[in-house]
Amino acid sequence: MTAAQIAGLISSGEASAVEVATAHLARIDAVDERVHAFLHVDREGALEAARKVDEQRSKGEALGPLAGVPVAVKDVIATKGVPTTAASKILEGWKPPYDATIVERLRGAGTVMLGKTNMDEFAMGSSTEYSAYGATNNPWDLGRIPGGSGGGSAASLAAYEAPLAIGTDTGGSIRQPGAVTGTVGAKPTYGGTSRYGLIAFSSSLDTPGPCARTVEDAALLHSVIAGHDVRDSTSIPQAVPDVVAAARLGATGDLTGVKLGIVKEFAGEGAEPGVMAAFRESVEALVKLGAEVVEVSCPHFEFALPAYYLIAPSEASSNLARFDGVRYGLRVGDDGNRSLEEVMSLTREAGFGPEVKRRIILGTYALSSGYYDAYYGQAQKVRTLITRDFTTAFEQVDVLISPTTPFVAFPFGSRTSDPYQMYLADLYTIPTNLYGGPAISVPCGLSEGLPVGFQVMAPTMADDRMYRVAAALESAVGTFTPPELSLESAA
Amino acid sequence: MAAISREEVAHLARLSRLAVTEQELDRFAGQLDVILQSVARIGDVAAEDIPPTSHSVPLTNIYRDDVVQPSLTQEQALSGAPDSAEGRFRVPRILDEEE
Repeated sequence: MTAAQIAGLISSGEASAVEVATAHLARIDAVDERVHAFLHVDREGALEAARKVDEQRSKGEALGPLAGVPVAVKDVIATKGVPTTAASKILEGWKPPYDATIVERLRGAGTVMLGKTNMDEFAMGSSTEYSAYGATNNPWDLGRIPGGSGGGSAASLAAYEAPLAIGTDTGGSIRQPGAVTGTVGAKPTYGGTSRYGLIAFSSSLDTPGPCARTVEDAALLHSVIAGHDVRDSTSIPQAVPDVVAAARLGATGDLTGVKLGIVKEFAGEGAEPGVMAAFRESVEALVKLGAEVVEVSCPHFEFALPAYYLIAPSEASSNLARFDGVRYGLRVGDDGNRSLEEVMSLTREAGFGPEVKRRIILGTYALSSGYYDAYYGQAQKVRTLITRDFTTAFEQVDVLISPTTPFVAFPFGSRTSDPYQMYLADLYTIPTNLYGGPAISVPCGLSEGLPVGFQVMAPTMADDRMYRVAAALESAVGTFTPPELSLESAA
Repeated sequence: MAAISREEVAHLARLSRLAVTEQELDRFAGQLDVILQSVARIGDVAAEDIPPTSHSVPLTNIYRDDVVQPSLTQEQALSGAPDSAEGRFRVPRILDEEE
């Protein structure tokens, strides 16, 4: 059942919000031991929120479009009184004294927060293997990765533990898990959703956004969390486009007059044949709906990955300096004999996992005197060139399309020994983060029995365009559900 | 030639306040070398006249009226601290014994 259908049942009184929450909590009890999508389940909080919605309904008060619908929230987002760890040992047990803006908006809309989902530590990773609390398993095949860093959010949807989830996308962390779990993940325009209350990884790139099983559900969630926030200086003071209307328009299956751009430089680079086959079939399906396809050149996209892997760790090395064992979280080695500096070093050594340490050191290197111009400064110039590529492309077409990931979900451990091989998972998603525009991943087929994602990228603040195209594709190819046996047989 | 040496990694770890182990030093030096060699090709892409982009949104200072508003209480602000005393964060000693 979709989130929109659940909301309809609740508003018509055919189901109570408490019944819906109870059913999802029961599903979590039944399968999460095997999926491990959640780091914390807020049972009491969820039932309390559901009871409030039922009370409102019984009093005849107007309910929002997602009132009573359960939602799972990535653990990098602050939730008042509910443990928030960013999947790191350094924040184990931390309960924020405040809500992130998007959480406030979720609560205000009457959604029911089920709990916090697993992720790569501090959102650094492409497989959720770097969670300090153990990996999440892909419901399609429990021996494979659910994508990263938002693997928990995507897996909770694919395993039917939650109908909606929130992720954050710094280099593809919403879209890539969506692609490999057969779910929908959207990165809104940077600044279109507030970062207030996010545990910062790379401040100029981090973007919270919706995860769902259908495009319409993603749009509904998008419209709840998006919009200007005075507490975030990068929040755009502009009205959010009507993404729900765009998704519904797309679902009618008419793309007449819509120009799709295929990026020449993405023509199969490093992609599995099955992924490219599913992509090509999807393009044909969109053409049948009336879309026109044009090849466009974005010559600097090939430099997006290296630029990202200099910019993001540089910002991370600065952002993660706050985890020093003083104001929150872990403190190690404070025996009265060691200095503050020693305690900080021991705390950070014990509290951070390998990928986080690697990126802190890489970022410190890229920002250091003597290397700054060659690495960080140059990466910021590449960002300009990539932005120009997008601008030129969008003068020719309405949206750009590509596969979301070069490969389907890979087995655990197959890419952890070579970090750069792991980074290639984000090859197609990273350019939009550097540019700031919105992008969505929608399931478009299967390869070797595993889901393939189709990416639609749009100009900044034209989030509605990508929803229209994504919904049209969904109407043509349908949605994809993991074989229930993949969960039941592993019991 | 290696882009980064084991000694450089050790120095960067010290700057980053990370007490890395010997094993980690060996592993990180190798991995960072691969990463740096992979990203080095951006060096030739952008010419001098290309301005850098630090942010996709134009940044401006945002001020609010100077009005007292509710904020976290002292107790809330200290609630996640590993140690506190007399309403403040308690930290390990800052100065060495000889200082």
